[in-house]
Amino acid sequence: MSDLDQFRSETRAWLEANCPPEMRKPVATDDDVFWGGRNTKFSSEAQKVWFERMRDKGWTVPDWPTQYGGGGLDPAEAKVLREEMAAINARPPLSSFGIWMLGPALLKYGTDAQKAEHLPKITAGLIRWCQGYSEPNAGSDLASLQTRAESDGDDFVITGQKIWTSYANYADWIFCLVRTDPTAKKHDGISFILFDMASKGVSTKPILLISGKSPFCETFFDGVRVPKSHVVGTVNRGWDVAKYLLQHERAMISGMGGRSAGRPLGQVAATTVGSDAQGKLDDPILRGEIARFEVDEAALACAAERAIDLAKAGQGHPAFSSAMKYYGTELNKRRYEILMSAGGIDALEWESPRSKEGARARDWLRTKANSIEGGTSEVMLGIVAKRILDLPGA
Amino acid sequence: MPLVLTEEQSLLRDSARGFINEKAPIAHLRKMRDERDATGFSRDLWKGFAEMGFAGLLVPESFGGSGLGAVEAGIVLEEIGRNLMPSPFLSTAVLAASALVRGGNAEQQAAYLPKIADGSLIATFAVDEGAKHKPLSIAMQAVRAGNGFKLNGAKALVVDGHVADLLIVAARTSGNAGERGGLTLFLVDPKAKGVSVERTVMVDAHNAARITFDNVEVSADAVLGEVDQGGELLDAVLNIGRGAVASEMVGLSEEVFNRTVTYLKERKQFGKLIGEFQALQHRAATLYIDIEISRAATLKALQTLDQDAAKADHAVSVAKAHAGTTATRAVQEGVQMHGGMGMTDQFDIGLFMKRARVCQELFGDDNFHAERLAEARQY
Ligand SMILES: Cc1cc2nc3c(=O)[nH]c(=O)nc-3n(C[C@H](O)[C@H](O)[C@H](O)COP(=O)(O)OP(=O)(O)OC[C@H]3O[C@@H](n4cnc5c(N)ncnc54)[C@H](O)[C@@H]3O)c2cc1C
Ligand SMILES: Cc1cc2nc3c(=O)[nH]c(=O)nc-3n(C[C@H](O)[C@H](O)[C@H](O)COP(=O)(O)OP(=O)(O)OC[C@H]3O[C@@H](n4cnc5c(N)ncnc54)[C@H](O)[C@@H]3O)c2cc1C
Repeated sequence: MSDLDQFRSETRAWLEANCPPEMRKPVATDDDVFWGGRNTKFSSEAQKVWFERMRDKGWTVPDWPTQYGGGGLDPAEAKVLREEMAAINARPPLSSFGIWMLGPALLKYGTDAQKAEHLPKITAGLIRWCQGYSEPNAGSDLASLQTRAESDGDDFVITGQKIWTSYANYADWIFCLVRTDPTAKKHDGISFILFDMASKGVSTKPILLISGKSPFCETFFDGVRVPKSHVVGTVNRGWDVAKYLLQHERAMISGMGGRSAGRPLGQVAATTVGSDAQGKLDDPILRGEIARFEVDEAALACAAERAIDLAKAGQGHPAFSSAMKYYGTELNKRRYEILMSAGGIDALEWESPRSKEGARARDWLRTKANSIEGGTSEVMLGIVAKRILDLPGA
Repeated sequence: MPLVLTEEQSLLRDSARGFINEKAPIAHLRKMRDERDATGFSRDLWKGFAEMGFAGLLVPESFGGSGLGAVEAGIVLEEIGRNLMPSPFLSTAVLAASALVRGGNAEQQAAYLPKIADGSLIATFAVDEGAKHKPLSIAMQAVRAGNGFKLNGAKALVVDGHVADLLIVAARTSGNAGERGGLTLFLVDPKAKGVSVERTVMVDAHNAARITFDNVEVSADAVLGEVDQGGELLDAVLNIGRGAVASEMVGLSEEVFNRTVTYLKERKQFGKLIGEFQALQHRAATLYIDIEISRAATLKALQTLDQDAAKADHAVSVAKAHAGTTATRAVQEGVQMHGGMGMTDQFDIGLFMKRARVCQELFGDDNFHAERLAEARQY
């Protein structure tokens, strides 16, 4: 048996013994996701047990170095763990912007002190992070951001406004883009800085989404003092860090489309649409749409797998995550259009126990943000046109 | 297994690319077409293919081949697709060789495989009968007669049918149209009495034929695999063919795409390069993404065929459907973005459009494979 086969069988046995049955069901509501942080609560004993066992194993972030509380797995082992978790439908023990976004950027650009300070608190689920990028006048054109950071001795003093800051009202710390040189060209005067959301001068105001939830905020900074040592990377070179982080964010968002585990979409649809005498979905055109969707979904899963393997082989293109983000998010929107069509009027009840308080409709509405957050679809296509296809003026 | 080519596979790709680019650029296809070449491919180049080890790619080493797999066959077909090379590689080296390797007995293998590998035998697979690919609806009859069988029926879109030295024919020995049971594969000599071959000149200028069988007598030795049990062998060979054609479509899509992007960087209108117009940039970007996804799905299908062929249906249908949809879009965008130039025969893009249409139909188009997936997933 090869080392990897050995690892697979040990992993399978460990998961079998340690993943509680309640944690082997698809995530259905927000309560099913554990985000960590200072004020965190577990929604069930099983969620707590599962998180703690995975944390102790280093598997909240399996591929980070063990010195930071990660699992130290190489890419092949990490893939095996993902596959084995998917095979039993195991939920992620911990979800966090620290894992998906900040961590990779710190590993590449952070000082040893910054890594030692922040990474262990991410893997242990102690600190919850939010992302302070977008501003009212800097969305797609992020580099035009205006939040100022003025030098004052050993500190920067930060003043300005962010918007669409997901979970800012729950987050403990923020990774934030600020303008440190207002005279430089727009990409050249930006710094990437970390600070505590409990700092004096930080306030947040939730924004209600079309889904009826308010997972994001307006975030205001009024003379917030932050030590200069909290800048990641070089002062005024924050755009490099920001872009690198976005690649990871986009790869993560693109994966939201690929949830092929569980029942085939056509069978889910059949529970409301019905089946004909041959057992086929009783709406041939919807059936065809679903089949086409499933082809694209399965093909995307192959591309996601290949992207990882290409990166490992040193053949990946850094802008490819934009391509995946475009396809994955458009696909997820398609999935929910199908689900809403299949659900018919049952899926339209907003407030009823039958509809679990409009769960499907709320999810459907939430997916519309997928092609906006982390860079819009149009921006992704622009990046592909410019950086991969090298088209003029893109 | 990582979803990237190994080093040996990359070398194979480079040598196939080098050979085909040099010896069979698109001018080669044009020449065949314009001169109405009777063979429809170059026997010299096929010899070259044999010398390079391509003809016997799937033939076991014990029969003079290289004993490689579907991934390698796909690599060669991708390069064929880039240059629209007319070649019996698909019919002989992929379909017929796979059928013999998987279904042949020792004598059959010894009789034909070495000749496939050395390039001296052209062989093909005759399945389809009607306008659309419906392998289970095979109506061609094979009735027991004396020691053997008597064949009656007609086949269409038989690739390289008019130049083949050996036909592998799917016929019904029992059961009814629509059933998997009752199908049998036969090895038939095209010169046998009662076989008539009509070369069909196709839209893509690649070889195809309609073949009718009128009381054709074959001996019991002509059965490939088991009588009535040919359904599985048929599926297995078709799946390899589908994966191979998906590769060809990935190759041709990428070539059309590269040519189109080059054109966007050269052609000026309104005082600008047309590649500066966002309306075209975004369409080019989505096409690039589709091609990359088709490529990944196709490599997955080919790897699955090599590792666990019995479980490859899903991956194969995903690849054939996705690559088919992508190729259809790639050639249409190619013509559209070339404007009036794209509509001319002198320009190559139209030739890609024609070949893509044929590749779609070969062994099931995107609709067929989406339907197959829905059926398998029981909805
Ligand atoms: C649910 C959700 C969560 C989010 N979470 C966060 C977060 O945690 N932190 C954070 O910083 N931000 C967050 N965002 C903000 C997100 O990054 C921005 O919404 C996004 O970058 C788009 O900016 P905008 O909303 O200002 O739209 P705009 O940039 O104004 O875009 C409007 C439209 O114009 C199009 N457009 C813009 N420029 C071009 C162009 N050059 N070519 C073609 N079309 C163009 C866009 O594609 C879009 O369709 C979140 C957004 C959502 C919806
Ligand atoms: C069958 C046929 C018959 C014809 N008959 C005649 C005839 O009888 N008389 C005659 O005078 N002409 C005729 N034409 C020419 C026809 O009008 C032109 O082909 C057409 O106007 C496009 O010009 P073009 O071919 O130079 O393409 P281009 O203008 O070079 O266009 C190439 C691509 O760039 C795109 N593009 C160009 N500008 C923009 C932009 N600003 N934004 C976004 N995309 C852009 C185009 O849509 C196209 O996809 C004929 C063409 C054909 C194919």
